[in-house]
Amino acid sequence: MSLLPDATSLLLDGMSLLPDGVSLPSDGLLAYLPDLGQGLLVTLQLTAASFLGAAVLGVLVTALRVAPVRVLRALGTAYVETFQNLPLLVLLVLAIFGLPEIGIQGDIKLTVIVVIAVYEAAYIGEALRSGVNAVSKGQGEAARAIGLTFTQSMRHVILPQALRTVIQPLGNIFIATTMNTALAAAVSVVDLTGAANRVNLVEAQPIPIFVGAGAAYALIAAAAGFVTGRLERRLVILR
Amino acid sequence: MSTTLFDEPGPRARRHIRVATVAGTLAAIALAVLAVRQFAANGQLDAARWQPYATWPMWRYLLTGLWSTALAAVVSAALAMAFGLVLALGRLSHQAWLRRPAAAYVEVVRTIPALLLVYVVLFALPRYGLDLPLFWKLVVPLSVSNAAAFAEIFRAGINSVERGQTEAGLAVGLTRGQAMRLVVLPQAARRVLPSIVSQSVGLLKDTSLGFVVSYAELLYSGKVLAAYNGLLIQTYVVVALIYLVVNASLSKLARVLESRPALYARRSARA
Repeated sequence: MSLLPDATSLLLDGMSLLPDGVSLPSDGLLAYLPDLGQGLLVTLQLTAASFLGAAVLGVLVTALRVAPVRVLRALGTAYVETFQNLPLLVLLVLAIFGLPEIGIQGDIKLTVIVVIAVYEAAYIGEALRSGVNAVSKGQGEAARAIGLTFTQSMRHVILPQALRTVIQPLGNIFIATTMNTALAAAVSVVDLTGAANRVNLVEAQPIPIFVGAGAAYALIAAAAGFVTGRLERRLVILR
Repeated sequence: MSTTLFDEPGPRARRHIRVATVAGTLAAIALAVLAVRQFAANGQLDAARWQPYATWPMWRYLLTGLWSTALAAVVSAALAMAFGLVLALGRLSHQAWLRRPAAAYVEVVRTIPALLLVYVVLFALPRYGLDLPLFWKLVVPLSVSNAAAFAEIFRAGINSVERGQTEAGLAVGLTRGQAMRLVVLPQAARRVLPSIVSQSVGLLKDTSLGFVVSYAELLYSGKVLAAYNGLLIQTYVVVALIYLVVNASLSKLARVLESRPALYARRSARA
């Protein structure tokens, strides 16, 4: 097996997965379950934190994009265009190796969370904007005509209708976020993908390890799909 | 023009808009100034650090990387689309033994990170004696994962063609296969073109996983270059700009393709 430079360094990292003075367990993969569990936990943590951040930022981006002020709209568009057209890995590499060069250094995991949040916010912004645009113009005009203020018309008329149409897209973005957190492994965060890779490098039993990791991702996605399905059915309007 | 959220602005709203315009412009300028100062304070804006990127050899090297990116993206896209079409047809088949595996493949693979598949090809397959050349170590996992996405696009496209089209085909004596090939697919292909282009942008972004595979596409070329000349930020910023230009052009193409049917509709409505 030809080990590339990266693989070699990962292999060495993989070895350090074991506490000092502990010899390689020979009783199979079960000994590594805690490591994989820890990886899964990191994946869930990255997903939850970055999706939450992306939701907050995404709302801001949407606000910019639907604002009646041209400059703000342009800023929102520039944000979405930039982050939808850059590969996430480029952003991660730039943030993790580049930011320290201009004197900004933070915890790696936190940096990854922020970068993924910033990246996914562009997608959430687009999803929310199309949700707002899906509400017909007459709804807004009617709300204003009966004298509702902006906040009232948002709260009682626009948002309830917009949210229904965006649940499915938001669910898909959540699943994409889960999958994208795997890229953290490429910048040496030990998430589920990273843990699977390291355990495989030590134990060399790729099939159960990678199938297990893949199944865990599929389960997260299935759970997300289930929740969005339930939500959608509860919120659906029958006309 | 009034929108869902706002009416045509009156005098007061126009004043608010003017204030927000000024505030927004100032905020954007402030952000930019802050960023530039942070760069300058750490010596990252020195002309000497950017000078190399005004020279041809540097660009030749990065453009070679871009060429490899394009090559990997085109080959993966071709494989993923071919496989995706097979999966979509399988999923729409009347035979359960075709439909179920195709559905299972799409549903499972759609949720597995591409990086995990890259690791499988990189570290798992060699154990079973399958050590692919570098190019294929990137292309195979990308094709496998994008095939599922393309399958869903094709399936949506085929389903969007009215049932009457198939029925009409069958009525004039075509077989199911012929009706699909001669009547449904050509119409579906036209409708899914924008989605295919935007999925291809995603695929092109995925080729940056060459960074992990050490296949010399654009991002990995940037990594090698940065390790060689030590101009880390400059190199990755230039790499990011190249990605941005290429992908933004493709996204623009997708939007143009998307608006085309609308154009047709308007033209025929006027006629």
